[in-house]
Formats: sequence, structure tokens, C-alpha cells
Amino acid sequence: MTTIPQTTHASRTAGIPSILKTAVINALVALVLFSLMVGIRTEAGSDGQLTYWTRFGELASLVAVVFGGSIVIELLRQWIGPSGAERLVPPAVHTGMAFVGRFLAPALLIFALLVPVIFYNQRYILDLAILVLTYVMLGWGLNVVVGLAGLLDLGYVAFYAVGAYSYALLATNFGWSFWVCLPLAGILAAFWGMLLGFPVLRLRGDYLAIVTLAFGEIIRLVIINWQELTGGPNGVSGIPRPTLLGIPLDNSDDGLAAKLGIEYSPTHRIVFLFYLILAMALLTNWVTIRLRRLPIGRAWEALREDEVACRALGINTTSTKLTAFATGAMFGGFAGAFFATRQGFISPESFTFQESALVLAIVVLGGMGSQLGVALAALTMIGGFELFRGLETYRMLVFGMAMVLIMIWRPRGLIGHRAPTVFLTKAKAISSDLVKEGHG
Amino acid sequence: MDYFAQQLINGLVLGSIYGLIAIGYTMVYGIVGMINFAHGDIFMIGGFIALITFLILISLGLTAIPVILLVVLLVSMAITALYGWTIERIAYRPLRHSFRLAPMLSAIGMSFVLTNYSQVAQGARVKPIPPFITGGYTLHESPDGFVIQLSNIQIMVVVTTIVLLAIFTWLVSRTRLGRDMRACEQDQTMAALLGVNVDRTISMTFVIGAALAAVAGLMYLLYYGLVDFFMGFVAGIKAFTAAVLGGIGSLPGAMLGGLAIGLIETFWSAYFSVEYKDVAAFSILIVVLIFMPTGLLGRPEVEKV
Repeated sequence: MTTIPQTTHASRTAGIPSILKTAVINALVALVLFSLMVGIRTEAGSDGQLTYWTRFGELASLVAVVFGGSIVIELLRQWIGPSGAERLVPPAVHTGMAFVGRFLAPALLIFALLVPVIFYNQRYILDLAILVLTYVMLGWGLNVVVGLAGLLDLGYVAFYAVGAYSYALLATNFGWSFWVCLPLAGILAAFWGMLLGFPVLRLRGDYLAIVTLAFGEIIRLVIINWQELTGGPNGVSGIPRPTLLGIPLDNSDDGLAAKLGIEYSPTHRIVFLFYLILAMALLTNWVTIRLRRLPIGRAWEALREDEVACRALGINTTSTKLTAFATGAMFGGFAGAFFATRQGFISPESFTFQESALVLAIVVLGGMGSQLGVALAALTMIGGFELFRGLETYRMLVFGMAMVLIMIWRPRGLIGHRAPTVFLTKAKAISSDLVKEGHG
Repeated sequence: MDYFAQQLINGLVLGSIYGLIAIGYTMVYGIVGMINFAHGDIFMIGGFIALITFLILISLGLTAIPVILLVVLLVSMAITALYGWTIERIAYRPLRHSFRLAPMLSAIGMSFVLTNYSQVAQGARVKPIPPFITGGYTLHESPDGFVIQLSNIQIMVVVTTIVLLAIFTWLVSRTRLGRDMRACEQDQTMAALLGVNVDRTISMTFVIGAALAAVAGLMYLLYYGLVDFFMGFVAGIKAFTAAVLGGIGSLPGAMLGGLAIGLIETFWSAYFSVEYKDVAAFSILIVVLIFMPTGLLGRPEVEKV
């Protein structure tokens, strides 16, 4: 009995020599790791001959950073206490969090509605807000598949691509309007979702992940190579802008500005696009929340928790999985059509695996299944991404590191609990540690 | 027929490289139960380290090719193995008892880190090296002038792969470490109770996997004569496809799957279209998983309720 507290005490206040020892070892490891990759820089010359030069200054500073960093981390670790210990949150904080939680969503919604009013003259912020909302919508769409049904999908961007190309090709080839193509893009994406769903019905977990990844890559490769239809790597350009019930938002005589008798400004279109994606994202959210209360939504969550029990209860897992894929894909398709009309130009480069990983990271960071969490995660991720816009080459490096660190720090995401959809008398939020993610 | 034979040789060489990478995937999956997404990038790092070591050795004035090759092989295996060890330590070990998605996402993040790290450190341009091992044999010359070539580098790739596989099989089946690895694969808790150092065994799994990937990186560099920072992604997915095709967790399966993917890709490029060779490889993956979800040599997964 008495030895246990002593050992923990001793390990918590490890002496300075042991900290230094750890730091030296880390620095040595870093020295070996970086010695060739950073210490030597290679470049192909104009004649195809490789040359190299040394960069020992950078190498030394990196090793120094690792040395200093590990000292800081060791000190922090002692200061915070042993990791893995149960941290008790005082009840006051809990009720405070619940209070914030209840009003955060409406506050965010009101803020979102007011964004174009507040930032009317700041085109950059409006563009960024549209981008964030696109990812919010994608995150909510993927949340149906990953968060609710527990099916790990690494190829979600395929449906985004299907939606974008459906609209782009229908609009440029046949001149169909955005409002006709939008549902079509959703239906086509849902169809592809079903098509993907069939082969993966029997797969679980990681196999499912890799097949969806392969599917995403197949779609992208086909888009690149089917040049007659998709324009290949050059993409599709000249995609028509959306109209407000047939009234274009441009500088022409029958444009919206002329009809209303106000002076034309290009910001009108941006504001319109903003409200369009906001409405689409909110629609996604609303449909998801409603679906969760229908038998199908209940079946999705049951599937996530335990597939065998689900089947034993007589739930048709085939149709449950297929509807989850189709619903998620449909929202992805809507978002894709919006993306195409906003950009006016799409190419396969926008639909790489990186995008799938980004959306999946948003869903997981948001706490799988939590709608508010996904929205906050999208805001954090895309906002954080923008901070590094100037440092183009370092951006993905930082993104990757952030992904690893967040997983270590909060593997369950930012919002680590969620309210159960079914309850007897009182909804009690439970920690998501208690919720399984299913085997897909 | 001659064309077919030539493609068979090419496919086997490519398949050997995929097989070496696939072993890393399948080992990690067998023991830890996670897809090590960063493994393809470990292969890329191995290629880069081999390239840099080559440059240094040549500029030091070494000319004996066998010596250079041996030094490059050892250096790139050692440093890449250290990369594998460090990554496991930083990104996977803290998440070992977390929920299932966490290590996978951490691995995806790590893959981004490695790809962009080498882009930042070594630049985005493709790095070519002059052909290093030249020459070869003409196996057969048909009347219409088509020649079946077997180059020295192809022989080297296949022989190295076979030798490594032999060493590796011996390691897994005959040594203490191999026994520990198999024990951890079956039941980590029980293995720990019986005195197996689980942490060390898992670390060693990553080290061995990374070392084999480094060899694959070196082979790739010698065979194709170039490396670039993005080559890990596609090679990684294909090697994973190979591992799944062979039955994940099974070591001979990984090699078999690697050869199968290499052959499929080569024959598809030769007889149908080069553009769709990756589509073919991925489609095969999907088809195999529909009809044989456990792969060619995998054990069926029994689900306990």
C-alpha cells in the first residue's frame, strides 16, 4: 500500500539528470534522422546531373529545437502530472459547460446569418466563410456515414467529385441551370454511393477503409484519363454561375441589381453564394437530425454500436448500410455541385485523397456524431489552414503534425460527449468513451 | 510469346518491390491491428536516404560498385529503421489502447508529415540518378527481332528480395524475437504475462518493416533511376492492396500479393492501357474483397459476440 504513492511521487519528480538524459537521447535520434535528409540538400541541375550542398546550420538548429523541446515537454509532463490519470472536473465547470453548450449552437447560427452584414466589404473573409461552410456541409454529410452508421469511409471526396462534375458537365454541355442540376448531382452521387455500398457490404473496419480509398482513387483516375468527357487534367472551365430563380447576379440589364434598381456590385454574388451554402449546410443538418429520429437513423446508430446484435434484432443491415452510404454521398454531391458553381472551374486536383482525409479529420476531431462538434472542427481546421496560407510548403506539414497531436491529445474529438437519441425521461449526455464506433 | 515473357520478367521485378513494402504493412497489421498509413512514405524516405548516400559516396571518390551498394543498403536500412521506430514511438504508441480510428488517423497525419517533410527538406523536383548498374543478358531473340532482356538490376532486385525473405522467414520462425512477435499477434496481454516485452516487440516490428521498406526504396531508385517526394502514396496504397490481396497478417501472402499486383499492373499496361493501370490494380482489390474477403492466404476472421 505504502509503496505505490511513493513510486508515483518519485516518477513525478524525476530529477534533472533524467530529464537531461531523455533530451540528449532525443537530440541524438533527431541528429541521425535529420542528418542526411536535412543536412544534405540535393537538386537536379539543368543538365540532369545531381548536385548537393550541405546545410549543417539548419541541421544543428533542428537538433537544438528537439533538445530544448524535449526538456520543455518533460517539465510540462511533470507539472501536469502522470498522463492517463483521471482528471476530475468540478460540477460547477460541468454545468457551466452545459450552459455554454446549450447556447453555443444558436449563437453560432445567428453569427453565421450575420456574417455577410458584418463583413460586407471584406471579400477575403466572405470567401473564407464560404469555404468553411462547404467543409461544414461535407463534414455533416460524412458524419452520416462515419459518425452515425460507423462505416469508415476514406473515399468521400469521390462523391464530392461526382457532384461537381455532374453539374459542370450538364451545365456546360446542355446549358442546364444550377437549380435543375443540383438535385441531379445529389441523385447521381447517391447512386454512386449505392454502387460503392454493394461490394463493401460484407467488409468491416479497415478493409472497408481501404476499399473506399481505392474507390476514391479510381474515380479520380478515371476523371483524369477520360479526357473526351472530363477534359482530363485540364478540368472543366466556364461553369455557369448560379442564378436566383433564373435571374442572373451579374452586371447585365436583366441582372438582379438592375431589376432591383440598385448599383451593381460583385459582392452581391458572393453574399448570395454564402447564403446558398449556409442554407444547404443547414438543410443537411436538419435532415440528419430528423433522420436520426426515424427508424432508419436508429438503425444506423444500432449498426455502429453492434452489427451482430443489430442483425439479431431483425434490422436489415444491407439496406441500413446502403442508405447510410447513399445519404452521405448525396450531401457530398450537393456540396460538389456548389463547389463547381462557386469556382467556375474544376479539375481533378481538387479531389485528391488529401481532401478525404481533411473531411474525415474534421468529423473525427468534431467527435463523430456530434453536429456542433463537426461545425466547430471545420471552423478550426479551415481557419487554421488559412493562417498558414503564406507558408504554402509548410502548410500540409503543420496540418499533418496537428492531426497527430490532436489524436494523441483528444482522440475522441473536441466535443467528447453527446446526447443519446433515445432516452426515457431525461436526456443525459454521456461520454463518447462509452460509445463504440462499430466495426463497419 | 516473347513479349509476354518480357512482361512477366518486368512484372516479377515490380512485384518484388511491392512485396517488400507489403510485408511491413502486413506485419504491423498482424500485431497492432492498424493500417500503418505512413509506411508508403517510409519507403519514399528510404529511397531518398539511399540517393543522398550514393551522392556522398561517389563524391568521396569511391568507385567499387559492390562496396557502394553495400554501404548504401546498410545506411538507408539503419536510418529508415530509426524513422520507423521514432514514428511508432511518437504517433502510435500513445494511442495503442485508444479507440480504433485514432491510430489510423494519426497514421494519415504522419503520412502527410513525412511527404511534406521531404518536400520541404529536399525540394519538389524529381531527383534522377544516372544508371548505376548496367548491362544484362539477352535470353532469347525471336526471328522478328524482339529481344527478351534480363538486366543485371532486375536480377539484383529479385535476388535481394529472395535473400531478404529467407532471412526474414528465419527471423520470424526461428528466433526469440520472431516467437515474441507471433505471441503478441495472438494475445498481447497473455504474451506480456508470460514475460514478453510487448512494447519492445512492437517497436522491433516497425523497425524491421521500415528496414524492408528502405530496401524497396533503394531497389526502386536503382530500377527506375529516380525518387520524388510523392512516390510513397501510390506505392503505399498498392503495397497495401498487395497485403490485403494476399490476406493481411500473412507474410507469404504479402509477397504473393505483391507479385500478383506487380504482374497485373505490368500486363495491364502492356496489353490494355498504361493510363488505367492503377485503376486495374484497385479494381482487382475490390473484386478480391467481394469474393474473398480474407484474401488469398488469410485466415477467416471469426467474430465473437
